[in-house]
Parts: sequence; structure tokens; C-alpha cells
Amino acid sequence: MSENFVVEIISPDRSILKENTLEVTIPSYEGEMGIMKDHIPLITFLRPGIIKVIGENEKKFFVEDGIVEFSNNTLLILTSTAKDLSSINKNSLNVIINEAEKKIANNEISDKERYLLSYKVETLKKVI
Amino acid sequence: MPSLDDLKKRIKSVKSTQKITKAMKMVAAAKLRKAQENAEQGRPYSQKMQNIILNLTKSINDKENAPKLLVGTGNDKTYLCVVLTADRGLCGGFNSNICKLAKNNFKKILDDGKNLKIITVGSKGLDQIKREYGKYVIKKFTFKDKKQISFQEAEEVGGEIINLFSNNEFDKCILFYNNFKNVITQIPQAQQIIPADNKSIATDQKNLSSYEFEPDEDEILEDLLPKNISTQIFKAFLENAASEQGSRMTAMDNATRNAGDLVDKLTINYNRSRQASITKELIEIISGAESL
Repeated sequence: MSENFVVEIISPDRSILKENTLEVTIPSYEGEMGIMKDHIPLITFLRPGIIKVIGENEKKFFVEDGIVEFSNNTLLILTSTAKDLSSINKNSLNVIINEAEKKIANNEISDKERYLLSYKVETLKKVI
Repeated sequence: MPSLDDLKKRIKSVKSTQKITKAMKMVAAAKLRKAQENAEQGRPYSQKMQNIILNLTKSINDKENAPKLLVGTGNDKTYLCVVLTADRGLCGGFNSNICKLAKNNFKKILDDGKNLKIITVGSKGLDQIKREYGKYVIKKFTFKDKKQISFQEAEEVGGEIINLFSNNEFDKCILFYNNFKNVITQIPQAQQIIPADNKSIATDQKNLSSYEFEPDEDEILEDLLPKNISTQIFKAFLENAASEQGSRMTAMDNATRNAGDLVDKLTINYNRSRQASITKELIEIISGAESL
């Protein structure tokens, strides 16, 4: 029996990825989460972070937000912000980090926003 | 009887019109392919989004405290109609079809004694609607200067709608757009987005898998529903864009053919009158020669 399941990453304008894989780690709202075959049905959110698709060759995507559904051995990731890490431009990342840091410095934002932004900065710094 | 010169001019002008319509058809065909691709690739996202919401809705037990975006305000007084049309004309019945459907609905809403509010997206729809229903239009969007509509624009419109909703400005929201079926057929549609349409939710009851939620259902729904509004609007945008190009292509194809027919007819006319005048001249010459 194969230990693979299907992972799909879909953005509003196109389907980014659809393939069989062994394991996927997602940055869910309440912490990193590893998903393998026969996981129980699940619906959750994403916070900014890295989606790791571990199969024959590992793929990484940076996301800012999104929704995840797992059912019938299909992992569905709906996001409007997924970027393939191998094709991402480092300079543009620096710009994003700077913007996010500026927003964090602003006192008016809510705790939730600050939480999300801090994750964004953290993950992006690791990437660089 | 128009003179030969007039006919010649007419033929020339029809031919140049034909050239324009032909060029427009080509452009529309090229754009259509892209728009169609976009629309088809955009479908899974909105569909899956609907599915997730469907699953969430099923697992909510406490219907009374459910988010208002899902179950509605409980009232049925004010309707918000969002009419999505194109910014350009010359695309056959595309804009008129949407407006016709929208106007029928407006009439029904007003006849029932309900309040009506209209948001228009795209300038052509506004032109048609403002004549009769101008005073109900509360907001207009045009993305004329944008080359391609992205998710951002949909979020802009969606944000506005949610803003209005949270200010209790309306109870129900209906979206009007053209659904792209194929190049020749586009179906104008009215889709209710607030509260989420229960008819579509009631469909597949079999698939009642119990989900694990993280965080809990309410929180997910609260975040998801506004996103769903933008997603549905974006889907409508994409369908509309494809429909517009398809509609334009068929319209321009027809126009080109009509122009061709007209040219043929005019040419026959032209040749006939040319022959007639030659014959007349011949008769004149012959009878002139005879009288000598």
C-alpha cells in the first residue's frame, strides 16, 4: 500500500501544485503541523510561514495566509499568497520584511496582527 | 438611384468597417483564450472554498449565534444588488443581458415594497441602469485603467460590501454577472452571496465527515466568510471577463459577415448600374450614328 496522499495548493487565479506526496508540514494558526496519510479530517487556518511538501523532491512555499482542508486523503490548501521559495527574489523579501517591521513598530495594530506579522518576519529572515 | 460614385464610396466604407470588426474579432479571440484559461483555473478555488464552508455550516449546531454573514440578519427588507458589467462596448448583448436580468430583479424587489441599493462595477452597466434606477446607485466601481483584474480588485469590492453589511445597510446581497459556458453561450446569473445560499448548501448530505477544527468553527467561519465574498466576486469577475471576450468575438464575427454580405450586395448593385450606364451610352452612340 502506498503511503502517499494528494496535496493541492490552489490560488484564486491558478492551481499551483498538485501531486502525490508522503508528508506535508504546514504553518497552521496554532503551530506547525505535519500531515501524513490517513490524518483525521481537518480544517484550519495558516499563519505566515513555510509549507514544506516532502516527497521525492522537497518543495517549499512561503504563504501569508490561507485555509487548509484535509479529507479523504486529499490535502487542500487555499491561499492567495503562496510563493515558491526556489523562485523567490531575495531583494523583494527584504522589502517585505522592512514593511512588516514598520507595521510592528506601530502601536495601533491589534495583538492578532502583531502575532501574524512577527511570524512573517521570523520566517522570512530564516529564508534569507 | 444612387450614382456610381456614391456606390463606390459606400463599398469602400463598408469594407473598412469590415476590416475593423475583423481586427476586433481577432483581438477578442486572442484575449478570450487567456480569459477562458483564467476563468477555468479560478474555478477550483471558489468551488473548494464553497465546499469548506458547506462542511463548516453542517457542523455548526448553534444556529442562532452563527455569524450573520452566513445566516443573514433575519430581516428581509433591504437588498443590495451588485451588477458586474464590462467597461467596453461592442460586445453584442453582453452588457444588456446582465442589465436586463438585473432590472427585472430590481422591479420585483421594488414591487414587493423592499428597499433597493445598487453597486455597479464597470461603466457600461452604470450607463444602462442609471437612466431608470439612478437614484438607487450608492457606489460605482470601474477598473477601466487596469489591464487585468486581479484578486485585489475583488477584495476592494468585497471589502466595501462587508463594510456596508456590518453597518447594517442591507440584509441581502445579490450578484449579477455572466456565467461563461462556452464561446457562444453566456448565461446571465443572479447569485445571492449574503446570506450564503442555502440551496447549494443542502446538496450533498452524504459527505458528512466530522472534522477537526483548529481554532474552533466560529472563529474559522468569521474569518472565512468575508474571504468567501471576495472569492465569489473574483470568480464573477473572471467569468465575466471570459464572457465579455466570447461575446465580443461572436458579435464581431457576425458583424464581419454582415459587412461581407453588404459589400456583395452593393457590388452587384454597382456593377448593374455600371452596365446600365454603358448600355445607355451605347444606345446613345448608335442612335446618334443612325440619325446621320
